Amino acid sequence: MMNILFAAVVLSALGLAFGLILTFAEKKFRVDVDERIAEVRACLGGANCGACGYAGCDNFAEAVVKGEAKPNSCPPAGEKGAKEIAAIMGVETSVEEMKVPRVLCSGRAGVAFSRYRYDGYRNCAVADGLAGGPKMCRFSCIGLGDCMDHCVMGAISIVDGLAVIDYDKCISCGECAKHCPRGAIQMMPVSQTVYVNCRNTDNAREAKSVCMSACIGCGRCKRECKYDAIYIENFFAHIDPEKCTRCGACASVCPCTAIKDLINGLPHRPNFY
Amino acid sequence: MNEITKMLLFMVSCVLTNNFIFSKFLGCCPFLGVSNKVETAASMGLAVTFVMTIASLFSYMVYHWLLVPLKITFMQTIAFILVIAALVQFVEMFLKKASPSLHGALGIYLPLITTNCAVLGVATLNVSENYNLIYSVLNGAFSAIGFLVAIVLMAGVRERLENAKIPECMKGFPISLVSAGLMAIAFMGFSGLV
Repeated sequence: MMNILFAAVVLSALGLAFGLILTFAEKKFRVDVDERIAEVRACLGGANCGACGYAGCDNFAEAVVKGEAKPNSCPPAGEKGAKEIAAIMGVETSVEEMKVPRVLCSGRAGVAFSRYRYDGYRNCAVADGLAGGPKMCRFSCIGLGDCMDHCVMGAISIVDGLAVIDYDKCISCGECAKHCPRGAIQMMPVSQTVYVNCRNTDNAREAKSVCMSACIGCGRCKRECKYDAIYIENFFAHIDPEKCTRCGACASVCPCTAIKDLINGLPHRPNFY
Repeated sequence: MNEITKMLLFMVSCVLTNNFIFSKFLGCCPFLGVSNKVETAASMGLAVTFVMTIASLFSYMVYHWLLVPLKITFMQTIAFILVIAALVQFVEMFLKKASPSLHGALGIYLPLITTNCAVLGVATLNVSENYNLIYSVLNGAFSAIGFLVAIVLMAGVRERLENAKIPECMKGFPISLVSAGLMAIAFMGFSGLV
C-alpha cells in the first residue's frame, strides 16, 4: 500500500514540477501576436485558396499586417473585404472590379470535331501533349478537368466535354485559370456579361474545319453593333468592354453561336448545322 | 572491434536493420496518415527526429536518476508519457520564440507527436535493452532517421500511386497498406547487414 502511495506521490510531484516549468516557460517564451492579424483574418474568404500568393489565409493576414501584402489582394473577400481590411489597417485602398473565370470555348462534344478517342490518364496537360489533344481545335477546352482538380470549392464540373463553372460556389480565386494548360479559362470582369466564347484565331476555313462553333471572324457582330465596340483581328471578334453596353445584339446574330450573352441567355437557339 | 566502429554499426542498424516502421511496426499511424506528400512527410519525419532524440535523453535521465533510486521503475510507462508530453509542449513554446521559421515548418506536427508510439517506444526500448546514456540518445536519433527515411520513401511511392491505374476497390488505404507491406519485405533484405 505504501508502495503505491509513494509512487503516486512521486509521479504527482514530477507532474507538478513539469507543470511549473511549463508555466514559467510560457511566461518567458510568450510571443505577442498582433491582434489585428485575427481581425484581418476574419474579413477574408477563409478557403485557403492561395489566390493571394500566400500559403493560406493566416499567412496572408500576417503579411497584410506586416505591410507586405495589399488589402485588396484577396479575391474571395472582394470589395467589401478589401474595405474592411483597409479600415483595420488604417490605409486607403483601391478596389478593382471582381473578376470571374470564364471558360472561353463552346466546343462541347458533337460541336467540336475530335481527332481521336482519348482513353489515357485523365489530365488535360497529358492529353494536350498527345498530338495536340483529343479535340481538333488547338484553342479548345480539353475537358479532362485539370481546372476541376485544382478548384478548392468544387465549383467546376465537366459537362459534355466542357468545363462548366458554378458561379454560386466560385470564389474567383483564379486557380482554374492558372492550371488550364491551354489558357482556355480566363479571368474576366464580372460585369462583362457579353463575351466571345471562343479563342480560335485561325482563318475561317481552318476554324470551321475544327469546330462548328468557332469564331470565324466574319464580322456580322461588328456590323450589328451600334456602339462600335467590336473589332476583328486575326479572324477573331474582340469586344471592347469599355464601349460595350451588354445589349446582346451581337450574340443574337452570330452565325456560329460563338458569342455568349449571359443576361439574355444567348445563344439559346440550336445549332443550325 | 573498437568503440567507434561499434557505434557506427549501431547507427546503421537503427536506420536500416531495426527500422522502426518496417521491423518494429512502431509509428505506423503517422506513417500512413501524413505520407500523402513528400514535403509534409519530410516535415513530420524531421519533427519526430527532433522530439525522439530529446525524448530519449530526458527519459533516460528520469528513469536512471529518479525512478531507479526511488525503486519505482514499474511506473516507467506513465513517467515517460509525462516526460514526452511536457517535453513536446516545451519544445513547441521554445521554437515559437526562438525560431519561428522552424516552428512554421514543423507546424501542427509537433503536438501530434505527443501521441506517437514511436517516441514512447524508443524510451521503453532504451530501458529494456539497457543502453547507456550515449547509446540511448543515438538509438533515439537514428531510429528516428530510419522513420524519416521510411515515411519519405512511402510518400514518394504514394505520390506515384496517385497516377496509377488501380482497381476501384483497392484505391486509397488498401493499396497504401499493400505497398507498405512490400516495402517492409524489401527492408527485410537488410537483416543480415549488421
